[in-house]
Amino acid sequence: MSGFGKYMLKRLLNMLFSLFVLITLLFFMFRLIPGDPLSMYIDVDISIEAKEMLMKQFGLDKPLFEQYIAYMKNLAQGNFGLSFQYNKPALEIVGDRFWSTCILMVTSLGIAFFIGIIAGTVLAWMRGTRFEVSSITAVLFIRCAPVFWIGMIFVMVFAFKLQWFPLGGMNTPGTHFEHTWQKYFNTDFLYHLFLPAITCGINMAATPLLVMRASMLEVIKEDFIELATARGLSKARVMFKHAMRNALLPVATLFAVEAGLAVGGVVLIETVFRWPGMGREIVLAIGARDYPVAQTAFVLIGAMVILFNLLADMIYAYLDPRVTYN
Amino acid sequence: MNAVSEFFSVIRKDKVGMIGMILFSFFLIIALAAPYIAPFDPVEMQFNELGKLERLTPPNSTYLFGTTSMGRDIFSQVVMGSRVAILVGVISAVCVVFIGTNIGLIAGYYGGKVDNAIMRIVDIIYGIPFLPFALILVAVMGPGIINIIIAIVLITWRNTARIIRSQVLSIKQRMFVEAARISGASNFRIMYKYIAPNVMPLSLVYVALSMGYGIMTEASLSFLGYGDPTLPSWGKILFECYSSQAMFIAWWWMIPPGLAILLLVLSGFLVGRSYEEIANPRLKER
Repeated sequence: MSGFGKYMLKRLLNMLFSLFVLITLLFFMFRLIPGDPLSMYIDVDISIEAKEMLMKQFGLDKPLFEQYIAYMKNLAQGNFGLSFQYNKPALEIVGDRFWSTCILMVTSLGIAFFIGIIAGTVLAWMRGTRFEVSSITAVLFIRCAPVFWIGMIFVMVFAFKLQWFPLGGMNTPGTHFEHTWQKYFNTDFLYHLFLPAITCGINMAATPLLVMRASMLEVIKEDFIELATARGLSKARVMFKHAMRNALLPVATLFAVEAGLAVGGVVLIETVFRWPGMGREIVLAIGARDYPVAQTAFVLIGAMVILFNLLADMIYAYLDPRVTYN
Repeated sequence: MNAVSEFFSVIRKDKVGMIGMILFSFFLIIALAAPYIAPFDPVEMQFNELGKLERLTPPNSTYLFGTTSMGRDIFSQVVMGSRVAILVGVISAVCVVFIGTNIGLIAGYYGGKVDNAIMRIVDIIYGIPFLPFALILVAVMGPGIINIIIAIVLITWRNTARIIRSQVLSIKQRMFVEAARISGASNFRIMYKYIAPNVMPLSLVYVALSMGYGIMTEASLSFLGYGDPTLPSWGKILFECYSSQAMFIAWWWMIPPGLAILLLVLSGFLVGRSYEEIANPRLKER
């Protein structure tokens, strides 16, 4: 196996270990809740036979540690327990929401990094001008504002007052879909996606922007930039072609951290825009004391963060050929 | 304490840092004097002289920021909310940095297995989705300001620990540490007498930055409905505004608390950043 493959495998194993710790932690955390674990996992209205079957399946009559083993075994088989709010397997409920969150997150991150990289380059170019100072101030304001508050303002202005966008949700209510994937591949979906993704994106754009700007200022001091300028290339060409590519590396390292933070932002944004994703599901499930669903959503979100971390590693390796993995 | 007085003298010389400091002092004074500034009880319902509930009244001279759908004075709520924000921000920041600095010192100084074990824990914590975790923790332990602070501290010490560790790794190579070791100083003494004063400036940067993080987390949890039920907080005002469905008409209900969060978080960021630039001159040119 190549050095890179080995490295990625090691990272993957590390991250799976993290996920395992996360699940364990969560299991014991939920057991800390005062009261009978039965009431937590099983609906009170369920029939006695079904209850006994579930009790056996989850080993709820056994000591805590044995319960933990049983829980892990169930989990390994993809059995996350039964939601007592919907009376369906928790995984089925959360699985429906997984892609909604995933798409929202990827779009937001894409917007954040796109704005960050382009605006960071432009601001480095404009260094020392009044435009730069006012832009940086604006960026800092957006960075420090609560993302849900920006969302509320956007809903009020762009959805309620101007009526450019829908007030919330993911599809126009009443739309019928032949199968799941159709939900995501239509213009109505994009129309609903725009406002929440932009809100989350501009709020997260600040960090890549500031890092990109700093990195650009560092790069443009180097000889090859001077050489390119001396060759008579236009400033735009030097900036966007020669300098930008070399300044990207520190921004790429941000990807993992930003993805981790984006999860928090997504929970809030989903709540504000009533986006049917996992973040909103967690909030609703906790409110309804539907712990199997909350737990499942949490595990899947954790897995998502881990996936983004791996992706960040790959992007980094692609951008910086100097990195070796031996 | 030397580092703290140096911190203030450095901030005083920097315009951006000064703005941050003034902003923070402004909120601190409001928080301290809140009961004297707030004209009404934040949860008391207000009636006009005809005995009619002052429901969603726009800002006027009596109700500076208007009233809520329950007829409560928003200005008083925002003023009283500054107490929770300052309290959560300062306490969580101090705890986070205290824990993070100590763990970073230990990991960086001892290196080897100790360092490996600590960094593995830090890695795992980085993999925990922060806000969902805090939400579950608060739901499990019961909503309350202490539990919110605990949730923030449990996760955010990782940032400080990682930064301090890398700083310690470079400082321990320096001559004076070697000299101290040769002259027979104990590990504890080297760590706290010789290395710690050199990482203090960086720790202080993280106090300023962590404050914003703590405030934002408290506001987010309150917005989701898991704030301290007994205390008025900015996040809770926004939660009530959002869930009352009045946000579309009552801009005066929505703007002030959000702006307050923004400015207080910004103050920490400005102070932290300006001090970081001065403490680390290489950054200054940027």
